[in-house]
Amino acid sequence: MRVRVNPIDCTAHGLCAELLPEWISLDEWGYPAIDDQPLPAQLVRNARRAAAACPTLALRLERE
Amino acid sequence: MRLLTDAGPSLAAHQACHGQLRLANRQAIIDEVDHSGLLGRGGAGFPTARKMRTVAAGSKPVVLGNGCEGEPASGKDHRLLSSHPHLVLDGLQAAAHAVGATEAHLALHRGSAALPLVRKALAERRDVVQVTVHEVPPRYVSSEESALVNLVNTGEARPTFTPPRPFEQGIRRRPTLINNVETLAHLGLIVRHGADWFRSVGDPEEPGTQLITVSGTVVEVPTGTTLKALLGKLSGLQAVLVGGYFGTWVSAAQAHDLTLTHRDLRAAGGALGAGIVVGLPEASCGLLETARVAAYLASENAHQCGPCFNGLPAIASAVKALALGPWDDATMSDLDRWLNVVPGRGACRHPDGAVRFVWSALSVFAEDVARHRAGQPCAGIQAPPVLPLPRPTSGGWR
Ligand SMILES: Cc1cc2nc3c(=O)[nH]c(=O)nc-3n(C[C@H](O)[C@H](O)[C@H](O)COP(=O)(O)O)c2cc1C
Repeated sequence: MRVRVNPIDCTAHGLCAELLPEWISLDEWGYPAIDDQPLPAQLVRNARRAAAACPTLALRLERE
Repeated sequence: MRLLTDAGPSLAAHQACHGQLRLANRQAIIDEVDHSGLLGRGGAGFPTARKMRTVAAGSKPVVLGNGCEGEPASGKDHRLLSSHPHLVLDGLQAAAHAVGATEAHLALHRGSAALPLVRKALAERRDVVQVTVHEVPPRYVSSEESALVNLVNTGEARPTFTPPRPFEQGIRRRPTLINNVETLAHLGLIVRHGADWFRSVGDPEEPGTQLITVSGTVVEVPTGTTLKALLGKLSGLQAVLVGGYFGTWVSAAQAHDLTLTHRDLRAAGGALGAGIVVGLPEASCGLLETARVAAYLASENAHQCGPCFNGLPAIASAVKALALGPWDDATMSDLDRWLNVVPGRGACRHPDGAVRFVWSALSVFAEDVARHRAGQPCAGIQAPPVLPLPRPTSGGWR
């Protein structure tokens, strides 16, 4: 699994970085910078929560 | 010359020069294109047959010819569409036939002088597949393929998030083959003369001829031509821009042995792009030229993706400070950070191209950077601009 953001839908709420700080940081404008490596298994649960919490549903988990 | 023949733009002149268009069965055409090794001429150099196969395997495919030529320093597509429109239209028909499409589209910038010529050429023909011409807002990112699909689908020519890529799901969700009009013109000849003929000139891995715009002049050369052969001599030049504003600067020394192939230019950290070459005279300032282009690319963002619409203006103003001052060390570390944080984070590759262009300037003009930082900008900041920029567009995206 990989975490991806749809940068058009993203409006920099920043919740994802709070819920998945191990994998997502915010740039100086508040937009998520996401590690594009395969997500370690132990982070999948939090990644799902972050995706569900995104107010614009911009964050998604993609199967390879 | 294969594309840029002496034949006039009329259908009669075209057929007198090239003969009638006769199309073999679909599979045979795609196999022939595969053997020809034809690579897309729109910038990325993607193998045309591979895209055709994917689209042909889908249901109810559509084809679209990309004749927008959004690169300000490019003139080849305009030249083809106005002087040899039937070669492009033959290619569009061949592409439609090969993938099994029953509708075809052709996109040009609104206001393009080639539009009436293309419409006139279409009126002369009796095509099997009907062609719809689209007028695209003349903006840099509007000719990116997902933006063109978006324009046809919704009327708004801004890029969309992918996947799905257009060849998976494009116009009205159908698999859509999008090719540059030069790619289509080569296709129009491959279906006539075959793959072996196509491969008989040019670089073995990237065969054929290609159109190159050299400082505004369009020439047709075999692929694999060296920059030196193209420019005649490199004396008097400090650097060469290769690949347009999606490409990179190359120092005159480095340019010497480079061939105009995707392979060589990628290995050098650059890109062939849509075949654009502009020499920068010794008397000019490469940093100021870069600052102007960076400002243009920043202003052409589609205001959709945060890292792009925040990052590109920030980068552009830092490069401008580097060229003209006022300068402090924080600017350099900001610029460095932005160039690292922005790429790969837009829906399309617009920010990646802008960043690559600026990176190359910092490396090729490294001595100028040091001098400018020391408070001694070069005299070249007085020189007239070399790289062409369109007049700012005020229009929207429709
Ligand atoms: C910002 C941006 C602008 C582009 N503008 C053009 C263009 O003006 N003409 C073009 O043929 N391709 C353009 N492209 C590339 C197209 O997306 C697409 O890859 C191309 O039309 C495919 O044709 P080809 O396979 O024949 O090269 C652009 C890409 C990007 C990222």
